[in-house]
Amino acid sequence: MVLQTPPLQTVESMIPIAEQDLSRKDYASDIDTRWCPGCGDYSILAQMQRGLADLNVAPEKMVFVSGIGCSSRFPYYMNTYGMHSIHGRAPTIASGLKLAREDLMVFVITGDGDALSIGGNHLLHVLRRNVDVKIFLFNNRIYGLTKGQYSPTSELGKVTKSSPVGTTERPLNPLAVALASEATFVARSYDTDPQHLQATIHRAAKHHGAAFVEILQNCNIFNDRAFADYTDRDVRDERLLYLEHGEPMLFGESKNKGLAVSATGLRVVEADGPDAGLILTHDATRPSPDVHQLLARCSYPEMPVPMGVIRQVTAPTYGDYLDGQIEVQKFRNRADVAGLLRGRSTWQVE
Amino acid sequence: MTTTSTQADGSANSAAGIQERDRVTVRFAGDSGDGMQLAGNRFADATAVFGNDFSTLPDFPAEIRAPAGSLAGVSSFQISFSKHLIYTPGDEPDTLVAMNPAALSSHLSALAQGGLLVVNEDAFTSGNLKKANYPSNPLSDGSLDGYRIIKAPITTAAIAAVDDLGLTTQNAERTKNFFALGLVYWLYDRNLEPTLDWIEERFGRLPNIAEANRRALYAGHAYGETTELADAHVRVPPAVLKPGEYRTITGNQALVLGLITAAHLADLELFYGSYPITPASDVLVELAALREYGVRTFQAEDEISAIGTAIGAAYGGGLGVTGTSGPGIALKSEALNLAVMTELPLIVLDVQRSGPSTGMPTKTEQTDLLQVMFGRNGESPLCVLAAKSPGDCFYMVLEAVRLAHKFATPVVLLSDTYLANTAEPWPVPDLDQLDLIEVPYRRTELTDVEEFQPYARDPETLARMFIPPGQAGLQHRIGGLEKADITGDVAYTPENHQRMTDLRGEKIQRIANFIPELEVDGPESGELLVLSWGSTYGAVFTAVNEARDAGYELAHAHLQYLNPFPRNLGDVVSRYRKVLIPEANTGQLRMLVRAQFLVDAQGYNEVTGQPLSARLLTERIVQYANE
Ligand SMILES: Cc1ncc(C[n+]2csc(CCOP(=O)(O)OP(=O)(O)O)c2C)c(N)n1
Ligand code: SF4
Ligand SMILES: [Mg+2]
Repeated sequence: MVLQTPPLQTVESMIPIAEQDLSRKDYASDIDTRWCPGCGDYSILAQMQRGLADLNVAPEKMVFVSGIGCSSRFPYYMNTYGMHSIHGRAPTIASGLKLAREDLMVFVITGDGDALSIGGNHLLHVLRRNVDVKIFLFNNRIYGLTKGQYSPTSELGKVTKSSPVGTTERPLNPLAVALASEATFVARSYDTDPQHLQATIHRAAKHHGAAFVEILQNCNIFNDRAFADYTDRDVRDERLLYLEHGEPMLFGESKNKGLAVSATGLRVVEADGPDAGLILTHDATRPSPDVHQLLARCSYPEMPVPMGVIRQVTAPTYGDYLDGQIEVQKFRNRADVAGLLRGRSTWQVE
Repeated sequence: MTTTSTQADGSANSAAGIQERDRVTVRFAGDSGDGMQLAGNRFADATAVFGNDFSTLPDFPAEIRAPAGSLAGVSSFQISFSKHLIYTPGDEPDTLVAMNPAALSSHLSALAQGGLLVVNEDAFTSGNLKKANYPSNPLSDGSLDGYRIIKAPITTAAIAAVDDLGLTTQNAERTKNFFALGLVYWLYDRNLEPTLDWIEERFGRLPNIAEANRRALYAGHAYGETTELADAHVRVPPAVLKPGEYRTITGNQALVLGLITAAHLADLELFYGSYPITPASDVLVELAALREYGVRTFQAEDEISAIGTAIGAAYGGGLGVTGTSGPGIALKSEALNLAVMTELPLIVLDVQRSGPSTGMPTKTEQTDLLQVMFGRNGESPLCVLAAKSPGDCFYMVLEAVRLAHKFATPVVLLSDTYLANTAEPWPVPDLDQLDLIEVPYRRTELTDVEEFQPYARDPETLARMFIPPGQAGLQHRIGGLEKADITGDVAYTPENHQRMTDLRGEKIQRIANFIPELEVDGPESGELLVLSWGSTYGAVFTAVNEARDAGYELAHAHLQYLNPFPRNLGDVVSRYRKVLIPEANTGQLRMLVRAQFLVDAQGYNEVTGQPLSARLLTERIVQYANE
């Protein structure tokens, strides 16, 4: 079975562009970063600043809204507007901000605990509503800020400070959650591949609608090398699947392997073997999230770990619908308000 | 049918057989499916057009459809109307319309002795009697002897009136509320015209149903006229209201109009984030229907999200509002604290209901005062206002919006179930008489962007310099971590935290310089002051005046500003030997007043889910005055 690839038909999000040419340092605030040396957050910060510089986004039109966690300190380091809010609630504040201020570009920075534990409800709903905000979930599979308790993405049986003999909970898969929440843009990248991360940031920024990006992030203090098995430089080619819309799903050092549909899901086939013809072509715009879910669920060691944009479909945003319902000629007319105050019927007392 | 008069009511019968009264209170009670709220609202409309002052009290079960005929399913609507100005929907009704045994059983105890009882005798079947736990039929066992009673075959008469319209039995039977209404219109000399107009407007597209309702209404009216109900025919002359244009309004409607008007006066975009909860849902529902006024409503996934979106909108420079009831406030408290820390202009409407926990969702109480004052971690002062009447909800919203922006602070406005649902005549405000609302960030002119400091303060109000995103060169970050004075950077030093704690507290206190002083009705000083707040205004005002009529000299003052208090409150409470604070809670304002002013204030407290009883409060005032 080979899936047909329809033409990519995304409507780009309005990106507010700066008047002058800006460089990375124009997006850096003068506040000293406070993450542990070696933390993956540093690289994400650098790629975000570079990524925004590439797009030449007007910093005054950008707002970073975060929750609480190590990751959520991010807005302080960006020379944009920002709110370091409360644990798990950033999607709500970002939604209200974006709906009140269509002209702003609103990014949410969150962690695995922030987005999937305390804020799980909000994540589902901001994605389902397709509010035009971009969500970057820094997944280190641990609670960093509170010093090393397990998180909703920690693997079953993981020994942490709050699970001294191993957790008894199965983890959530962030991409699967996002897809199940009807997200229109779902992608994954990781801290130690600057080019890929920048490219993913670009694509999320340009997506018209809610974008969800999981960024695998190393917490070298409480969960070191959580993703090293497949993201280390010497193994990535073999163990990661870099997805590109319209390209065959090939991986391996010499692109010698690919993914094909099997009776039970996806399977790995040799690119020059008898089943080569069955290798899937990635279609991020496919309306049905079926294959996207199968991709989201590929995990090491059985399968290569997908990176890149898994899904990107066009759909009206919440704001599009809302604006459609609000007449362009908004009320600014005293007579209208006066009429409203009078209601359906009045009577006169002489 | 029978009319028995077992007690002389003392009022003079005029030649036309119509008696004149100053004030009458009628309660309609029936099954939730009987259309009592509709009947009550139509009666209120007709009363408004007639020109009485009036006040209504709907009371309905939390269950949408409890089993028909059951006690749990009884719904009622009380209306008091008068030739004088009135301030409560009346304590006890003079007339009770009971559409079935359950309604009679639930409401009879409220009816004044000798009061008029209108019952639908058709509904007194053995099945219905059993559901209402009546061992025998009260219509025939003599237990109603203390009342004047009109037993009318409301169901059969209504069905007969619409007989030839070819309606289903169910639809024919449904017109019985209009029959009952027609009968009550005759009893109280109401004009049918407004209701006929309403039927046309509402059911015009269903001509058969419209006709059926009209006929039932006429039939009920004719029933009163042709049957010998002369001794029950009463007229309450129109009240002398201040001249002007009036409409009816409930508290929730007034909140809606207040928000839209405030957005207009402030030239801000209104954003209302909310999660449905009784009795606040109507605010969301009614605002959602007003998109053409530029209103953005957002039905959030929970109350936390609702306030989060409102904070986002406020941060963006809009009019950010969230509305809920007590349980929702509990969920919002962490985010409310974020608004305290970030010093953003946020409006929170709390339409209080009976608690704790889910409590009695459709019943009223004033039990959130301490929650909104103190229900947050840390020292977290914010501004608290409370409306005193349905119409006052409108003006207090304008106040809330004015203060939130002037002081860059969240403001909580307290209403409650009673205000939310009670309707009263309301003079339509003249927009030109309302002050524009100033939005400080708009007039901030920074000659040099280097000068901008997000936590620099206005020397007079101590409001911080709030600037929404979008202005080049002013990029800065805010958040829930403690802020350094002036710069707004994250700061942990002991001196700074003390200073910021003091500044946040002092800022709220300074609001007192920009709100009216507390006015006292009655002697400037003396023996007894009755101090009230919120929706009890009407009951307290009425009770105070009754005590005065009984010869007691006392003062009354009513608080609309709960935090901060008006600046003269300490002085006012010190000028009387006794202070009585009536509240529909166990003494929340009393606790605040005692703590702040060291006065030995006493309470009158009812926590019944019903509005304070003016009659019981009068007794308490008199008793306390005599102590
Ligand atoms: C209401 C509330 N509960 C708990 C906390 C404590 N807390 C702060 S961050 C955090 C977990 C953060 O984990 P994650 O979202 O994965 O972020 P990370 O630090 O790993 O980047 C917790 C439990 C809090 N700040 N607020
Ligand atoms: S604790 Fe972990 S996630 Fe937090 S700053 Fe340190 S390394 Fe980074
Ligand atoms: Mg984490």
